[in-house]
Amino acid sequence: MEKENLRLDEIIREENIVFKKTPLLTDKVFSYCPGCGHGVVHRVIMEVIDELGIQSETIGISPVGCSVFAYDFMNIDMQQAAHGRAPAVATGIKRCWPDKYVFTYQGDGDLAAIGTSETIHACNRGEHIAIFFINNGIYGMTGGQMAPTTLPGMKSSTTPYGRDTRLMGNPIKITELVATLPGTYFVTRQSVHTAVNVRKLKKAAKMAFENQKLKKGLSFIEVVSNCNSGWKMSPIQANRWMEENMLPFYPIGDIKINGNFVKRN
Amino acid sequence: MNEEIIIAGFGGQGVLLMGKIMAYAAMMQNLEVSWMPSYGPEMRGGTANVTVVISTERISSPIVNSYDTAILLNQQSLDKFENSVKPGGMILYDPNGISRHPERKDIKIFQVSAASEAAKMLTTKTFNMIVLGAYLKTGSPIRLEDVIKAISDSLPERHHHLIPANVEAVKKGMEIVQEINS
Amino acid sequence: MADIKLMKGNEAFAEAAIRAGCDAYFGYPITPQSEVLEYLTAQEPHKRTGMVVLQAESELAAINMVYGAAGTGKRVMTSSSGPGISLKQEGISYMAGSELPCLILNVMRGGPGLGTIQPSQSDYFQATRGGGHGDYYTPVLAPASVQEMSDFVKLGFELAFRYRNPVVILSDGIIGQMMEKVELFPQQPRLAEFDQSWVTTGKTPDRKRNIITSVDLDSARQEKHNQDLQKKYQRMRENEVRFESTNCDDADYILVAFGSASRICQKTVKIAREKGIKLGLLRPVTLFPFPAEEIKRLGRQVKGMLCVELNAGQMIEDVRLAVENNTVVALHNRMGGMVPTPEEVYHAILQKFSIE
Repeated sequence: MEKENLRLDEIIREENIVFKKTPLLTDKVFSYCPGCGHGVVHRVIMEVIDELGIQSETIGISPVGCSVFAYDFMNIDMQQAAHGRAPAVATGIKRCWPDKYVFTYQGDGDLAAIGTSETIHACNRGEHIAIFFINNGIYGMTGGQMAPTTLPGMKSSTTPYGRDTRLMGNPIKITELVATLPGTYFVTRQSVHTAVNVRKLKKAAKMAFENQKLKKGLSFIEVVSNCNSGWKMSPIQANRWMEENMLPFYPIGDIKINGNFVKRN
Repeated sequence: MNEEIIIAGFGGQGVLLMGKIMAYAAMMQNLEVSWMPSYGPEMRGGTANVTVVISTERISSPIVNSYDTAILLNQQSLDKFENSVKPGGMILYDPNGISRHPERKDIKIFQVSAASEAAKMLTTKTFNMIVLGAYLKTGSPIRLEDVIKAISDSLPERHHHLIPANVEAVKKGMEIVQEINS
Repeated sequence: MADIKLMKGNEAFAEAAIRAGCDAYFGYPITPQSEVLEYLTAQEPHKRTGMVVLQAESELAAINMVYGAAGTGKRVMTSSSGPGISLKQEGISYMAGSELPCLILNVMRGGPGLGTIQPSQSDYFQATRGGGHGDYYTPVLAPASVQEMSDFVKLGFELAFRYRNPVVILSDGIIGQMMEKVELFPQQPRLAEFDQSWVTTGKTPDRKRNIITSVDLDSARQEKHNQDLQKKYQRMRENEVRFESTNCDDADYILVAFGSASRICQKTVKIAREKGIKLGLLRPVTLFPFPAEEIKRLGRQVKGMLCVELNAGQMIEDVRLAVENNTVVALHNRMGGMVPTPEEVYHAILQKFSIE
């Protein structure tokens, strides 16, 4: 650097910008814990809507869970759904406005426990919507209780000695489950723990919105994420733990594209 | 005029449809009508009944517990409703399968052998229309031409070829009905 | 020429929905209201008016589909009976909290639990006290004829949009299942002009984003929101009371009954008048807001009131509150699908008020 003491306005110049916040995120500071994946997923979805130029045609649905206030951060029209009912709410919107873009944003408790029925039936009807499913294996907002996706042996505030599958059953792979339904057109599992993965998620998210124009069925995107607070780890530890424990059980990759199953090794 | 009618029999005999056609035919004369069925799983092969009220005035209660006319198409219905007929009222029944016949002396009693006549006509589905025809001859406020209109309006287009058989059944019922205690 | 048809209450309701320009119906089968969904699917209203009809996987899903669709400013509705309406309470509470308009038909059957499919009025408390969690009310219309099953669809949508609130039509197995003459109103346009300022249809550059939500964790704001809701309910009380009086002017005794029970009572009034007893009938048409003022007024004039209900005696609580001890209020009721006859009610009058 030639000059030592650059003023801020001398640094913040169009030609110097390497990254900027999409205008589809509001200026409200995220309420999410540092290291949580929600913020990144929010940004990815908003960037995609911005790049596709569909803000004025998009309606999002926030769930009950940590992302209940997603509408505070996403600068789009949104509805807040009762716990688990987002796919039904999305169905109501999409059936009334079949040419609009509709997506739900749901956590694992919302989508795979209390909302299992709504999830499966919206997928089965092949609603032309996108479902974003953030799976961190735990109930974050209510304080770290067991989720349907909590791994065997994994500790939570309601499985303090680890999930005993003899008592609590095994974690549910809802993404693989909905892929078996003819109504799903695109089913994939992604993550946001590395920059590469974030880019892959963005590609998938774009496809999920573009698919809505085709009216060929539902796009289902699982994002495996961490909950460092609930897991009682640092963000770095949590991501490592996720890679070592979650990803072997919930492998990343496309399951179904354009209505066809993807061959996996 | 206020005519309160109960039609009761087995589910599947066409009791509800008969009541509907009666109500519809009465409506053709600008009369007030109500049609209140028993409903639910008991309809599937069990007993079915419907209360039809035909009146020159606005109908108050669609549910009544005494009737001017009782059209009773099996033994259970006869046992259940014989005593609910108002003095001076009327029972119309099919003697087929009946072991205990109506005994009231203060009402008119009509018989129509609808089941055996329907069997002769080779289609048991016209049973209810034969009974309806019989009803027309018992001093009913309903007219034959309105019944014919009601039948064609009630049947969906794809069943319109059945209209002549049903009309014939109504006329047969008018022919064979007998007052037995006059 | 008037468009007069012979229809079941449930069918008239469904036909009226199409004619009222309803945009979407989401439902789930349950006796004794299944004819609504059956009629709508048979009519293929997507061909007649473009109306959406969808059989949901549950009542929970159905009411939440209504929530989503209502949030886009559309005229939407659902229907069910007691057990299904209980499931829908979650969504109704959310809609009340989010101030979403919609129409909900309850064709009541006897409870509690799975109860019976036979007619009852035992959901009076549930309907008139909000029904779900939280402080809220919904206007409740109680049809007493097939004609009103049709007419109240139009009225119900008007109220729903006037107050941006769910509206309940509280019918029962008798009114839903019976057929009567009904004069149908002419087809109205489906997509009428509507206030789009609050609906979620996609944020455009000229406005802020619209949010449909009932959650606010800031207690001061949540209290303010509740106060605003209460003011709205007060406006309903002041402006939307509806009732029907029969022979009340010179009455010594008055029957108070709504819906199907009021039909039975109409005949009781005739019987009593023929015998020289000055009996009248007050039928609340809106159960919320309740015609308390009129009942209070009549209470000062008569020797006694008899509430006739197909439940354990629910509306009688509102009647007793309304009369402020100015007269005796007695109850004649049947439950579990049993229905009183007009004569039975007549004898109850004689007995309760010791009339010789």
